[in-house]
Amino acid sequence: MANIEAQFRLPFPDFTLEVDLQLPAKGVTALFGHSGSGKTTLLRCIAGLECAPQGFLRVNGKLWQDSKQDVFLPTHQRPLGYVFQEASLFPHLNVRKNLEFGRKRVSFLRNPAGLAQAVELLGISHLLERMPDKLSGGERQRVAIARALAVSPQVLLMDEPLAALDLKRKQEILPFLTRLQGELDIPILYVTHSPQEVTQLADHLVVLEAGKVVASGTLEETLTQLDSPLAQGKQAATVLQVTVCGHEPEFHLSQVQFAGGVLSLPYQQAAAVGTALRLRVYARDVSITLQQPEQTSILNVLPATITGMAHDAAGRTMVRLNMGGVPLLSHITRKSASVLGLEKGMQVFAQIKATAIL
Amino acid sequence: MLNDEDFGAILLTLQLASLVTVILLLLGTPIAWWLAHARSRWKGIIGAVVALPLVLPPAVLGFYLLVLMGPHGAVGQVTKALGLGTLPFTFGGLVVASVIYSLPFVVQPLQNAFEAIGSRPLEVAATLRASPLDTFFSVVVPLARSGFLTAAILGFAHTIGEFGVVLMVGGNIPGKTQVISMQIFNHVETGEYAQAHWLSGGMLVFSFVVLLMLYTLTPNPWRKR
Repeated sequence: MANIEAQFRLPFPDFTLEVDLQLPAKGVTALFGHSGSGKTTLLRCIAGLECAPQGFLRVNGKLWQDSKQDVFLPTHQRPLGYVFQEASLFPHLNVRKNLEFGRKRVSFLRNPAGLAQAVELLGISHLLERMPDKLSGGERQRVAIARALAVSPQVLLMDEPLAALDLKRKQEILPFLTRLQGELDIPILYVTHSPQEVTQLADHLVVLEAGKVVASGTLEETLTQLDSPLAQGKQAATVLQVTVCGHEPEFHLSQVQFAGGVLSLPYQQAAAVGTALRLRVYARDVSITLQQPEQTSILNVLPATITGMAHDAAGRTMVRLNMGGVPLLSHITRKSASVLGLEKGMQVFAQIKATAIL
Repeated sequence: MLNDEDFGAILLTLQLASLVTVILLLLGTPIAWWLAHARSRWKGIIGAVVALPLVLPPAVLGFYLLVLMGPHGAVGQVTKALGLGTLPFTFGGLVVASVIYSLPFVVQPLQNAFEAIGSRPLEVAATLRASPLDTFFSVVVPLARSGFLTAAILGFAHTIGEFGVVLMVGGNIPGKTQVISMQIFNHVETGEYAQAHWLSGGMLVFSFVVLLMLYTLTPNPWRKR
């Protein structure tokens, strides 16, 4: 399968970006890290906006950079789309001309309907004749995303496209991003420092710390890697990809299934049987029992195997579980872990409170 | 009123200023671009050299240009070797001197405009497949429009107003190097105050109109937006 191979070494005064990555050619890859972790620099290296003195980059089999052979394709010759943190629309052009700016410079459009599609996908058809300074922050960012898509890129790079927006605008854009994830057949590299955006959008996750990759893999695997910064503390969460398998309107519940079993959720009126859903499960919402509870108000109890444990300094323990091949995290007190005698390899039952996020 | 020589001086001045402004825009744009974007250690030196005419007495500048372009100067040797003769006391010499004298008035507004645009729009254009040259004309020029306007107006007006450099390099040859400011000087020397008034008054009105245009047409020409 075609993919993205990226190796960069770029020294900075306070850290060195040093990565060697293989990224999938499909879906959303989140590049997650705190500020100063080098995630934006990595994205800029891929775009050619930053030139790493030692670098190798091949996208879909085509060489974009190889410092050994002195190959460095300038940014304007790379078939990519880039969305900056601030929308950065050209202030002297209206929305339509902003959208057409890149498009008319592409000699061969892989997807001639791309512009109309992008306008429709981002819901901006009513804004075409406006000037950028007459748009809200959210609208501007939607136009910027459409502008990047209009050139029919082979890869879409997004640098914290929501970070400059307030919560309300974020929520205005997130549904559009989810649609992108579902409808585009190109890889999206999405830089973010928000765990919520990661669990909501990503299929694949790369975690960066001080310029180095500390975890990389499928979203489920990487989120549940106990030493990953995302698997720490109250916000730790995992994602379950499930399919709707039944509804109980009288109880206001829906059933979904995945490899680990069947779960009940609050009623998903809009989701027909067979619909794929993405669930976010916070580690703090998963508790552990040794025996299957017989009389309990908790609906979701599934068998699981403990595959790892990590204790923190605050008297809490993060337990990694495996349910039919699907990993899950449980955040419990260290005392409970000790009283129950939990250890790696034990068969237990996980009590789960899950929320649908898509 | 004005005599033929006065009109000749006015025409010559306008020709000189127009030609010099065109040359200054062509020459000043790459210099300003380099000064706005380069990270070279030469930046400070080049910036200072370009700004020199702002503080140097015109007579000093004119003197050095006269020596350089004269038959024994480095530039003069080259122009002689090329069969062009020497530049002092010719219209060509006046053009060269004026370009150097007015350069900072064109470079600085352009440099400010380029710096105000920053690198983000250039990066955006690159991700939208625009080559650097394409980006310059389709993004930088429209965004730096008021900078270009300011630069052209200042370069033109400053060239029209010069005196010291012209005196040193150009002399006072009617139809060749005799510009308005020289002609005013001639009138005052010979006691023809009425004609000096006409020319000086005209320059005053012209300068005021130019500055009025500058301050009304362009927002904050001196400050970054």
